[in-house]
Amino acid sequence: MDKRNEALLDLLYQCADDDLLVSFRGSEWLGLAPHVEADVAFSSITQNTMGHAVYFYRLLQELGEGDVDVLAHERPALKRRNAIYLEKRNGDGQYDEDPYFDWALAVVRGYFYETYKRVKLISLTASSYEPLAICAKRILPEQRYHLAYWKEWMKQLQQSSPIAREKIRTRIEEAWSQSLDLFDFGQYEQTLLNEGYITDPLELKQQWLAELQSTVKDLPSRPLEQLKNGRNGEHTTDLDVALATLSEVYQTDPVAQW
Amino acid sequence: MYHYLEHQKGSNTNEDPILYENFMQRIENGDKIEANDWMPSEYRDTLIKLISMHGISEIMGALPEKEWVPKAPSLERKLAIMAKVQDEMGHGQLLLRVTEDLMKPYGRNRQHLMEDLLSGRLKFHNVFHMPTKTWADAGMVGWLVDGAAIISQTNMLDASYGPYQRALQRICKEEVFHAQHGESIIMALAEGTDAQQKILQDSLNRWWPSLLMFFGPASAETTGSSKQEITIKYNIRKSTNEELRQAFLDKYMPRVFSLGLTVPDETMHYDDVQEKWIYQQPDWNEFKQIIQNKGPRSKERLKVREIAYSNNSWVREALAVAGGDRP
Repeated sequence: MDKRNEALLDLLYQCADDDLLVSFRGSEWLGLAPHVEADVAFSSITQNTMGHAVYFYRLLQELGEGDVDVLAHERPALKRRNAIYLEKRNGDGQYDEDPYFDWALAVVRGYFYETYKRVKLISLTASSYEPLAICAKRILPEQRYHLAYWKEWMKQLQQSSPIAREKIRTRIEEAWSQSLDLFDFGQYEQTLLNEGYITDPLELKQQWLAELQSTVKDLPSRPLEQLKNGRNGEHTTDLDVALATLSEVYQTDPVAQW
Repeated sequence: MYHYLEHQKGSNTNEDPILYENFMQRIENGDKIEANDWMPSEYRDTLIKLISMHGISEIMGALPEKEWVPKAPSLERKLAIMAKVQDEMGHGQLLLRVTEDLMKPYGRNRQHLMEDLLSGRLKFHNVFHMPTKTWADAGMVGWLVDGAAIISQTNMLDASYGPYQRALQRICKEEVFHAQHGESIIMALAEGTDAQQKILQDSLNRWWPSLLMFFGPASAETTGSSKQEITIKYNIRKSTNEELRQAFLDKYMPRVFSLGLTVPDETMHYDDVQEKWIYQQPDWNEFKQIIQNKGPRSKERLKVREIAYSNNSWVREALAVAGGDRP
């Protein structure tokens, strides 16, 4: 396959898998948020985000990669391209048994990810691959509200009780150690840049940091780090568990109509 | 979504007779009573009990289906069931707000309702104490449980209490979508592989007694309690529990049979002379156990709700400190 095409496919998998994992984690939160209003709002964001994943998988389907449900449910962890911070479980326990989920993680991840997604989507509106540029333009208007929502939570919790401030601070430190691969576009990165599919991730990181600095008090001064690089198919066991859950029914009969 | 009528001792209608008479005149005229209008305490207490149970049942009702949200077998099904469960949470929110207004004179709020749920004082609907063992159960809840809910709510669409009546208008419209969503899952299974058809039939067999119980006992004699008379007197509802159950059977038995499904009751048939469905009574003693939080999944569901509530208490406290609105 032509390297340009491979690079494009890889980028689309990154976008699709990021949104799939974020929306999967959101779907586990359903019914468990701190109050009913937050539940309803978070679920709207989650549904939109899963819709975005579907959009990206459709672009892959149109390029001959296979059915969207096959792409979402059948690919093993090794083939997944999401950044690893996004696959991180919501806290302790299982969503249906003992969900000791951490709202501070939901808020920090929501805010960090949506800020990231926004700068990335803006870059993609100028992508040389037109279907991707159109997709980014369609997603941006609603994504704006997702960012606004988590930003409001960040602001409020940071101005709040000592417990809340400490929980947020701890989760920011953790995110700092685990999110560098968000700004890695994988093995075809140079081709992606040469072909004008997307902007240099270093530039996107600067934009991301600038937005974070405007909202987050005491952002860590050290560079971002990563545990593994999800863009290269390196993942944690949290992803294995997530994939087993999200494909549990599907895998009982992958060819059946559900 | 959900109400059969449960026990309530008649409140002491130790009210101003003139106010009471005017109130009853309004009820008979078909007026809508609003939150700040005078109302007898029996009316207020009946509404609080009915609507708080309804609201809390919506919120507890999110859990059995929610178990299948992350597991739904396609992206489209994942999106649809997520939207559906979100609607149920939204109904819970609407109804809790209606209840909050009614409870205001008693100095009680939403937090008290949640605490009452967790302590077992506030009950939730029998169907949500049951396990959802397979994906077919997720469809069954949408199709027949929500189908039953539509029937029981349609019965109150003209309820005398305005805020509840208006909330029900919206809820019923959404429930129609939910029933279609459930039916779509059921149809796919019914037309699917042998294994899919089997989980569907197994699911119906498991849910059958709960569906009959859904509308509550026919009369107070069955379980020693019923408040259907009070709600009918105040024009909150129109039909009795048994009339609703018959309406449900009228609507759904032909559909069940046309899909090639059976119900686990050999005596089930329509009697042309009596013009009603004849069916085997579910075990009403079991029903009483279930709604006392002694059902198959009562403890587990309450545990999940309790964890979510206590584990997030720091967030609610933090918002109170921040003094802002809920984001």
